[in-house]
Amino acid sequence: MSIEIKVNGETRQVEPGVSVAALLAQLGIEPRHLAVEHNGEFIGEDEFAAATLSAGDRLEIVRFVGGG
Amino acid sequence: MSSDSPTISIKVNEQPARVARGWDLGAVRDAYKPEADILIRNGCPQGAESPLAEGDAVVLIRRGEQPTAEELEALMTARHGPGVHARVKRARVGIAGCGGLGSAVAVALGRLGVGALRLVDFDVVEPSNLNRQQFFVDQIGCHKAQALAQNLARINPYVALEPLDRRITVANAAETFESCDVVAECFDDPAAKRDLTVAMRRGRPATPLVTVSGIAGYGPSDEIQVRRVLGNVWLIGDGVSAAAPGLGLLAPRVAVAAGHQANVILRILLGEES
Repeated sequence: MSIEIKVNGETRQVEPGVSVAALLAQLGIEPRHLAVEHNGEFIGEDEFAAATLSAGDRLEIVRFVGGG
Repeated sequence: MSSDSPTISIKVNEQPARVARGWDLGAVRDAYKPEADILIRNGCPQGAESPLAEGDAVVLIRRGEQPTAEELEALMTARHGPGVHARVKRARVGIAGCGGLGSAVAVALGRLGVGALRLVDFDVVEPSNLNRQQFFVDQIGCHKAQALAQNLARINPYVALEPLDRRITVANAAETFESCDVVAECFDDPAAKRDLTVAMRRGRPATPLVTVSGIAGYGPSDEIQVRRVLGNVWLIGDGVSAAAPGLGLLAPRVAVAAGHQANVILRILLGEES
């Protein structure tokens, strides 16, 4: 049984209760310099492991790399 | 004023004037400023034979002559269109970091005639900056925010410049950009980019923030994309090209990203991005 969530506006199937940290690993996104909003609320990098995803959740992930 | 009155009321270089009905723009030039070679009627450059009507605003300028604030404004209005100029003139834009991106964004917005620019940077100009940043050799060692303000004042002396030598942190970001209509994130360091984004989302969620990620090297220009993320945050870049040994920051691609940033900011100020 998988659940449906939205990541950067795109629908994805994930395991129920998966953590943000685990999802980032699945997506191959290095968990550094990220601005992540879970259902419109910012979560810090130290909260990725504890934040779990439920059906219908929205996740926005912005990754910053250096250069300016 | 009846239509058979022998004169009409117009403005010549911002001063009220009364001229004979039937005069064209060239006749006004001959009477008020014969040496003028740029003739502007109601914000548009026009020929000497252009007819005049009651209420027209005429600006007469001599090429090479230092214009007054009013004359420059008339020229800017002519170039950008009255709708654009009036709106950008009212705006204050915050520039977070005055390096490759920030200096180029500020130059573009200064040329547009944005009313006020708050220029924030803690650093000084170094020789390695000159490959892409809008500074000069004789400014090496100067504070970037101050040096950029000096350069902008030479481009458009009628922009209010607010240089600030300050390191922006999570704690002071919201206060630093108080009363700014839009903020451009122009940092180099990825942690600083993230921190500003988080601080603005938490402290000033209503203020649009235009951020950049992934501009190093000389990959295709078209890979530098603009997308809206996190509500009021725009993200510009290819998302992956980090500055690193072997992948430097080069003037053309930095300029592409800065151009995107300045244009997104202009579109926000004109209400085109809502």
